[in-house]
Amino acid sequence: MSALSFSSFRRVGWISLPLAVGIAIVLFWLVVTFLAPVMSSYDPIDMVGRRLQAPSWQHWLGTDALGRDVLSRTLHGARHSLPIAVIVVALSVAIGALLGAISGFIGGLGGAAIMRLVDVTLSFPPMLLAMAVAASLGPGLENAAIAMVIVWWPVYARLMRAQVLEVREREHVEAAIAAGASRPRVLLKHILPLCWTPVLISATMDLGQVILLAASLSFIGLGAAPPTPEWGSMISDGAAQFYSWWVALGPGLAILTIVLGFNFVGDGLHDYFDPKSK
Amino acid sequence: MTRYILRRLIAMPFLVLGIVTLAFLLTTVTKGDPLAAIVSDRQMNDPEAVAAAKARWGLDRSLPERYVIYVRNLLTGDMGTSFITRRPVAQDVLFRLPATMELVIAAMLVGSTIGIALGVLAAYFRNTPTDHLARFFALIGSSVPVFWLGLALLYVFSVKLGILPGPGRLDPRAALPPRITGFMTIDTLLAGNVKLFIDAVWHLILPAFVLGWAVAGTISRLVRANMLEVLDREFILTARSKGAGEFRVVIRHALRNTLVPTLTVIGYSFAYLLTGAVLTETIFSWPGMGSYAVDAARGLDFPAIIGVTIVGGIVFLVTNLLTDVAYVIANPRVRLG
Repeated sequence: MSALSFSSFRRVGWISLPLAVGIAIVLFWLVVTFLAPVMSSYDPIDMVGRRLQAPSWQHWLGTDALGRDVLSRTLHGARHSLPIAVIVVALSVAIGALLGAISGFIGGLGGAAIMRLVDVTLSFPPMLLAMAVAASLGPGLENAAIAMVIVWWPVYARLMRAQVLEVREREHVEAAIAAGASRPRVLLKHILPLCWTPVLISATMDLGQVILLAASLSFIGLGAAPPTPEWGSMISDGAAQFYSWWVALGPGLAILTIVLGFNFVGDGLHDYFDPKSK
Repeated sequence: MTRYILRRLIAMPFLVLGIVTLAFLLTTVTKGDPLAAIVSDRQMNDPEAVAAAKARWGLDRSLPERYVIYVRNLLTGDMGTSFITRRPVAQDVLFRLPATMELVIAAMLVGSTIGIALGVLAAYFRNTPTDHLARFFALIGSSVPVFWLGLALLYVFSVKLGILPGPGRLDPRAALPPRITGFMTIDTLLAGNVKLFIDAVWHLILPAFVLGWAVAGTISRLVRANMLEVLDREFILTARSKGAGEFRVVIRHALRNTLVPTLTVIGYSFAYLLTGAVLTETIFSWPGMGSYAVDAARGLDFPAIIGVTIVGGIVFLVTNLLTDVAYVIANPRVRLG
């Protein structure tokens, strides 16, 4: 696997169709995240029409049980789901990569202790642990985010450690040590730059998975509080209004497309940096 | 090989202890008040109940002492009493475990059938529209929120088309068969009621499909990759030159040689199934551990949440161990350190 660098971008002068579609979907939702107030014709929280109206020209995706416009709420939902996913993944990568690198490079008792903590955390089905942590901390989007970081960082710790262990044995590292480079310098300058590609690919795919997990937590009432237009809790509203199918349609399609987008991008990046695997 | 299995077995109790310790730590962070984790808000006003709970869990003691008491209670099977059902959590969980297992096993069958079929098709017709379609179908499965898919399919197949039953494990009007194993499909058969058995299977189809589709994606991806590798080998060419039919070549010669990694990924997919079951059960009113956990989380029923988490962790740990061991036994070339 090659390092993530601009030279490798230039060397391969094309991108695959799934990667292009994935990037397009993700860009679309990024635009929505920033422009939701401009793009939607109604306030996402106010009652703007009769309750439970089927889709019409006034309300493209209908209205929910409180007479709120489902399309406007769906667009505004991106403003919660996307930033949370980015924050959760960024924090998990930061914590996991740091601890994984320490464990892989320094080892010893501390390194072993980190990996045992990783083993135990990964021994839980992720959703159950996230639920338990979120419920213990109390409902709310921030606590749900903390719960997700607690569930997710070990994945990166394990990945980073494996990378560091592999790169550490390469000859250029040996050469750097022989040349008298200090240990932090060897780790930062000679090992870490070669470890990032799989971590970044996996982080891209995990953005989608974190959006799914966050929506799941909100769906069961452990994430966003009621008036917030969050996709998971909107689907929960839809479940309560089972026969008004349109209430859950918008948020469901929103989650499906954005997760699909991230999966396409992750898959595409994987093929891009490792063409042998195709 | 024996040494590897032995070492894994020795590590087990430590991992279980780790699970329990983490669960214990969770009870200490609840609302900043550990009492909130074992006494419901209503009971809080009752000094007697509070004192009894404190004594039982040693809340008036120091943290390490409490930990010892917690582990000792767990060893006797005492996970506390649920705030909602007012029954011991261990009893509740054991009662609901079979329903979850029935759903997860059915989903595993559905998921591996779809996953293997898609993977084989995609590999055999590589880089054709069939391949792309199979991969796209698989990718949708791992991208769609199961709780939304469940709702949508229930609406379409049960309400609109009326060809599949609604939520639940049996027709709500039907008399339940005597509970022997807790598996509805087995209990109905043991009761000798074939009509009820068919009804139980009929009720399993939608939730098992919803849950199975999610893992079919992972399975098909791996099967495709392995099939691609195997299909290029010389022994496939040999089989073809000896005049074996294409179906025979693909199934008997190629697929058979990908079975070990396939079985492994199916084993590991158990984790996703347990996770997905939590939400699927909620949508389909399935009386298993998942819906129990969701009710507990919604009602801030801490003993129940922690209990389900510990049991889920142990079930997960054991399946992963069995998968690893099966892998080593099936594939003696692997020498896992």
